[in-house]
Amino acid sequence: MAINWFKYASPQTFYPLAGRMIPLFAVLAAGLGVAGLYIGFFVAPTDFQQGEVYRIIFIHVAAAWMSMFIYLVMAGWAALGLVLNTRLSSMMASALAPTGALMTFIALWTGSLWGKPTWGTWWAWDARMTSELILLFLYIGFMALQASIDDARRADKAGAIIALVGAVNVPIIYFSVKWWNTLHQGASVSIGRAPSMANTMLLGMLLMALAFWMYTIVAALMRVRSIILERERNAQWVRELTTGAPA
Amino acid sequence: MNWGSLDSFLAMGGYGFYVWGSYALSALVLIAEITVLRRRHRTLRRGASPSAQQPDSNP
Repeated sequence: MAINWFKYASPQTFYPLAGRMIPLFAVLAAGLGVAGLYIGFFVAPTDFQQGEVYRIIFIHVAAAWMSMFIYLVMAGWAALGLVLNTRLSSMMASALAPTGALMTFIALWTGSLWGKPTWGTWWAWDARMTSELILLFLYIGFMALQASIDDARRADKAGAIIALVGAVNVPIIYFSVKWWNTLHQGASVSIGRAPSMANTMLLGMLLMALAFWMYTIVAALMRVRSIILERERNAQWVRELTTGAPA
Repeated sequence: MNWGSLDSFLAMGGYGFYVWGSYALSALVLIAEITVLRRRHRTLRRGASPSAQQPDSNP
């Protein structure tokens, strides 16, 4: 453990580090995405019940998992920023929110396009879908609240409260198919139980979920770099970076 | 291999609209996000504030 993690808690040292990490995660995202799509479309067999429409699963489940996971990570960073008063933690929370909202939107959109041919409806107010929609509103609320407060540190604290309170919604989404009778099907993959799907289908789904995960890291790092430049614009190193030698 | 021809691949067993509608929008959203992020960062590196409210202008 020779790495001094606190060194990277400073925006000034994290900015170039994030810049070096982005290409690495971008390559991983692209590679996993191509592999996932290949398996999803060319190796995984046709579903005996649903036919080809089930292939929406490869983005639907990946986006839905990420929408919940990003929220928890965002709440974690926000809590860290609140407790330790580290600026960079709060910046990470802010950097994750828009990508989390997009993942939620993709999950809802693909779910709607999947629901129409299989259930006969674009939308139903069942527990899974309603709680996922609330997740979208939580992301939007977090971003709107932060945007409405001029002082960055106060915006961080207010956002952290929403992020933490809203985190109770995540287990509600996850367990909604167990706790209530939903139109949405139960989990096909869960811990401690053999998955109820073909191995190649499962592999495609996991590869796509990993690809979305790596994509999220890329997007969050890109956004946090911009947030650092915006918030630290009066710092000497940012002035030198932006008005000095062109990058 | 699941598909005999490009046509059958695009048709997705009659569910082409739903499958490709899902994939197309998702791709669009992700590409748009990265494009916006690159532009935002480039603008900032040029020393301009994206909100265009930076008080000090370069002399």
